[in-house]
Amino acid sequence: MSAASPGLARRRFEAWQLLSLPFILFISIPIIALFLRITPADLWATLQGEGAQQAIRLSLTTSLTTVLITLVFGTPVALQLSIRQGRFHRLLDSLIDLPIVMPPAVVGVALLVAFGRRGLLGEPLSLLGISLPFTQTAVVMAQTFIAAPLYIKAARLGFSSVDLELKKAAAMDGASRWQVFRFVIAPMSWMALLSGCVLTWARALGEFGATLIFAGNFPGRTQTMPLAIYLGFEVELNVALTLSAILILISFVTLIVVKEFLHSRVETALAVNDY
Amino acid sequence: MKTALFIAASTVLLILACAGIATPGQPFTATPPLPITVMAAASLSEAFQELGSQFEAQHPGVRLEFNFAGSQQLAQQLAQGAAADVFASADQEQMDVAVQAGRVGDGSARIFAHNQLAVIYPANNPAGLLELPDLARPGLKLVLAASEVPAGRYSLQMLEKASLDPAFPPSYKQDVLKNVVSYESNVKAVLTKVALGEADAGIVYISDAYDQVGQLPIPAALNVTASYPIAALQDSPQSGLAQAFVDLVLSPEGQQVLVKYGFIPLIH
Repeated sequence: MSAASPGLARRRFEAWQLLSLPFILFISIPIIALFLRITPADLWATLQGEGAQQAIRLSLTTSLTTVLITLVFGTPVALQLSIRQGRFHRLLDSLIDLPIVMPPAVVGVALLVAFGRRGLLGEPLSLLGISLPFTQTAVVMAQTFIAAPLYIKAARLGFSSVDLELKKAAAMDGASRWQVFRFVIAPMSWMALLSGCVLTWARALGEFGATLIFAGNFPGRTQTMPLAIYLGFEVELNVALTLSAILILISFVTLIVVKEFLHSRVETALAVNDY
Repeated sequence: MKTALFIAASTVLLILACAGIATPGQPFTATPPLPITVMAAASLSEAFQELGSQFEAQHPGVRLEFNFAGSQQLAQQLAQGAAADVFASADQEQMDVAVQAGRVGDGSARIFAHNQLAVIYPANNPAGLLELPDLARPGLKLVLAASEVPAGRYSLQMLEKASLDPAFPPSYKQDVLKNVVSYESNVKAVLTKVALGEADAGIVYISDAYDQVGQLPIPAALNVTASYPIAALQDSPQSGLAQAFVDLVLSPEGQQVLVKYGFIPLIH
């Protein structure tokens, strides 16, 4: 990017840029402090522990399931929001935003009064022999409720950025709706979909409050990494610190990898456009 | 435009500032109330809130701030340097954590109340529980406090005792633990899950067992008595007031309030 546009390169340092320093410090100091408190030996010992392994495994399986479910059920919503406008769709848009601003504990209570044994749907569910609270399904539900909107928002922006004329052209050439999506919309917005997935995944991995209330805390079944950290903090601070560090490492590395990957793609695209 | 924005913003700020200072119903005082922070076991929530109002009435200009949570959580917060004036724990172990961390003077903690365990079920008793052995019935949904929480530790002790009792099968504790669907981080969370009807049963303190839940009798020989220690923190900047609150809890009036909420008082 900098090589291609020399005018933007080597912008002179200006004093106002120091204004971003307080926030950068505010974010990095706690993270650095966390890593300063653990030793590689601690990390290794914790990773050997059955409890930590269970929590990591459970966190990975539930959060990846959440991403899959979000892809399947969130994509139509994003597509719908990207092509339609009007009062109903603005309302739908706000509804999708709601989980992002709702306190996770409120989400947990809401899920309980909806899907719990005495909840709104508790009776019909129990007739089907389904009991959701305290299960891994409950963990995934809590994560999906809280994290899926991040994907939907990203995907919606991606879909909206596809030129309408292209879609029309494809349709005129006889492409079915599915073909338009498969061969025009999806290929042109896959980067947005991918970054949306990563955001949803990272958020699902960190979900705590709703899980604790709706799914409870049982090692190996519903005790994800954040729950293990919460209870671990009270018994073995080292385990909690190490698990926290692992969680941060996983999220950070993924974010960096995906951003780098997307960035290189964007650069290639720009380079191609230049010619 | 800019000026208008500025005026609007300052007006909003001014209103917010006024709202913050002049809370309705409170006299406009120049000095803000003196806060005393009390860290207390979750099971003490209701009793201590009432004691807090009594204390505030006796000490004008003092405001009690409570932090209720599992004692193990509070002890860790204290060990990590959280600012507080009084610590009331549901067991001696967690008080010892605070003593070892240097926050509570050795030997300064005093037992102020006792409690016992209660097995509770939702008001409609979905599992049809009648007696303690029913807890081992396969498929039952049981919620306990985690073993790190005093109530959880006491629960395990009670199940252990029952397993040794000839009236129960030796595998009783094991069978009951197979039914656990969640280990909660404090005893009130156990109560909530049972009161909501999500679990078939839970083990809490007698002081937690309200009318919204039913209770299974625990034979006296099997029950476990919890002892609650309290102490003023030795680094409290308000050590006089902190000690005054401890004294209120230990006083006959304080004991009366604790009895009202189902605690077992000290024998005076």
